[in-house]
Amino acid sequence: MTGPAVRIERVSKSYGHVRALIDVSVDVPRGACVALVGESGSGKTTLLRCINRLVAFDAGQITVFGSNVLESDPVALRRAIGYVPQDGGLLPHWRVRRNVALVPWLDGAPDASTRAERAMAAVGLEPGMAERWPHELSGGQQQRAAVARAVAGGQSLVLLDEPFGALDAIARSDLQAMMIALREQSSLTLVLVTHDLTEAFRLATAVVVMRAGRVEQHAPPADIRNAPATPYVAALLARAGVEP
Amino acid sequence: MLRLAAAALWAALLVPNGAAAGLRQAGARPVVVASKPFGESYLLAEMFAQLLESRGIPVERRAGLGATQVAFAALRSGAIDVYPEYTGTGLLAILHAAPMHDAGAVFDTVQRAFEQRWGIRWLPPLGFENTYAIAVRAGTASRYGLRTLSDLARVAPRLTAGFTPDFIGRADGLPGLAHVYGLHFAAVRPLDQALKYRALASGKVDVVDGYSTDGSIARYGLVVLGDDRHFFPPYQAAALVGARLQRDDPAAVTVLTELSGRLSAPVMRALNQRVEIGGESVAAVATAALASLGLTQAPRAVAAAPQTTKPSFTAYLWQRRATLWNETLRHLLLVAVPLVAGIIAGVPLALWLERRRRAAEPVIRAVGVLQTIPSIALLAIMIPLLGVGVWPALVALWLYSLYPIVRGTFTAVRDADPSAVAAGRALGMTPAQVLRWIRTPLAAPGIMAGIRTAAVIDVGTATLAAFIGAGGLGEPIATGLALNDTRLILSGAIPAAVLALIVDALLAAVEWSTTPEPLRAAARERSRDR
Repeated sequence: MTGPAVRIERVSKSYGHVRALIDVSVDVPRGACVALVGESGSGKTTLLRCINRLVAFDAGQITVFGSNVLESDPVALRRAIGYVPQDGGLLPHWRVRRNVALVPWLDGAPDASTRAERAMAAVGLEPGMAERWPHELSGGQQQRAAVARAVAGGQSLVLLDEPFGALDAIARSDLQAMMIALREQSSLTLVLVTHDLTEAFRLATAVVVMRAGRVEQHAPPADIRNAPATPYVAALLARAGVEP
Repeated sequence: MLRLAAAALWAALLVPNGAAAGLRQAGARPVVVASKPFGESYLLAEMFAQLLESRGIPVERRAGLGATQVAFAALRSGAIDVYPEYTGTGLLAILHAAPMHDAGAVFDTVQRAFEQRWGIRWLPPLGFENTYAIAVRAGTASRYGLRTLSDLARVAPRLTAGFTPDFIGRADGLPGLAHVYGLHFAAVRPLDQALKYRALASGKVDVVDGYSTDGSIARYGLVVLGDDRHFFPPYQAAALVGARLQRDDPAAVTVLTELSGRLSAPVMRALNQRVEIGGESVAAVATAALASLGLTQAPRAVAAAPQTTKPSFTAYLWQRRATLWNETLRHLLLVAVPLVAGIIAGVPLALWLERRRRAAEPVIRAVGVLQTIPSIALLAIMIPLLGVGVWPALVALWLYSLYPIVRGTFTAVRDADPSAVAAGRALGMTPAQVLRWIRTPLAAPGIMAGIRTAAVIDVGTATLAAFIGAGGLGEPIATGLALNDTRLILSGAIPAAVLALIVDALLAAVEWSTTPEPLRAAARERSRDR
């Protein structure tokens, strides 16, 4: 199998009269990191959530590693795909080890705890953190734990929804560096929603600029920077202070 | 330990102890004699009961049923067979008819209406009225030659009256009376029920209102002035007999009529005085009264001996310990069973509603409406369905426990950390797993808070269950209130308060242990803020 990790074909989604996604098509090659960028309301988060069926789209088709997501059991689909929400979403009443071990534990893996320890090491969390409660961790450590949880089940595709948006600049930069290393080391495919163009250019192999439910431009970071396809993209770049 | 406690609770439920469950025996059942919760009613009911027993008719006592509506509902449903009632109450409170002033007409009206509507029979009146009474000191009466209210009107401008605030305000109290007789006092002082006779006896006031058979009238040798213009509605006392007893045991009804016309107001006043002021037991006074009327053999000498020295309160509690223990067990049963049933029904209902949000608000509001029904009314509603005794109380208390449990559980589960819930779902938890592993543990403190509220409501409301014959610690409170016996009241009220504190502390500990460890600090903050 050599097809893309995720293939999104002509997907549309409306909330009542609001058209959140209009005929969107995006391919995410294996091993790539595709960043979905755009302003609030552009549809980037909705598109991300269509991939693991947290959002039910109205039309079009999405395949993950060649399987139509609509033909998969949503629970099994979500366990197979890692997910990192913006606020970490750690369960406050579970210790870090148990949080990270969530998916292997749900799958009944006998070595769930060992897998959790391995995932924690991969995201740079010290073993001593395993017995802490989430509220005892810093914001950066919580997001590392959330990333560890997203890969502890051996997932090769991870969806990240503004994962570092709430962190200070230093922690964000550290986490981005960790993410780059983790992707290479574990040959992960990432789909990253962010409103931070600098983050997108640093992490992504391809950037999808979205505007009002449509794809405005889909290209490698350098191409977007050097050749904005539309005045909107150019304006977005200018506002973010990215030099052409 | 737990099993032992459970066994004890069941024993308390199953062993009949006078106020036991409202279950009927299949064969001949004893005549169920009831009373309303005040001294004279207790005494008359006890006289009915002893009179029947003296003729070999088995009797079950259900004293102190909570006021007219409850006692009458119980009689109508057949849960009880006879209780003492007053014709004026039958006319005004049960038939809701217009007031009438002729005693014979009132009796004829209630007799006909009760017979037609419910097959319930008023036996011929006992011989006295317990109506509003205006009383003066004997000295005042003789100095001014007072025998009637018309006499009083002549000299009223020279006298000071002390009336209860209720009497001063009611249209059928002072305003109407003053209008009919042209009464104008030098001054009218509002006086508390408990104080007015003492104020009259000590000369602080010259005229008071009261009830014509109050024991205090006899105690202070007061003169009740005749209502020569028939202003006060007649309240003749009589036995009210249910349809079942008339049909199944006419002999018992005949025995009860032996008391008709035998009790005059002075006699009744003297009997009330012995109970309410002298502190003699209801049973002893009833025995003596029946004997002196020649209806039964002379009592055994010991029965009537009044207590000369009062034991200390602790000694008194020690004397009552066996009864107190039974009442406490019964009270625990009245709290525990409805609470457990409330949890069994309420928590799953709330969890179900949390999954069907649209149904939630209407259902929870409907459960909330139950909460707004006054407890005595809810207990009274239960009587036609479940009779009197423990069962209607259990059901009513169960209904009361539902709302806090459903509301608390629903809100707590709904509001459980939304980002943790979203993450659980996004990582592949089934809805059931989200509920089991995220919502429920995070909601545990809120669920327990609802259960605690329900428990405290049940402990408090359970004392009212005594008014429908369910027993428990409300029993000494109700009886004590009726017989003006403070020690009896306290012997129920203090253990009930202690029980409430223990139950709350116990549930607080459970709440603590069910709160996930990292959330405890937050819970501690919250309870400090409270």
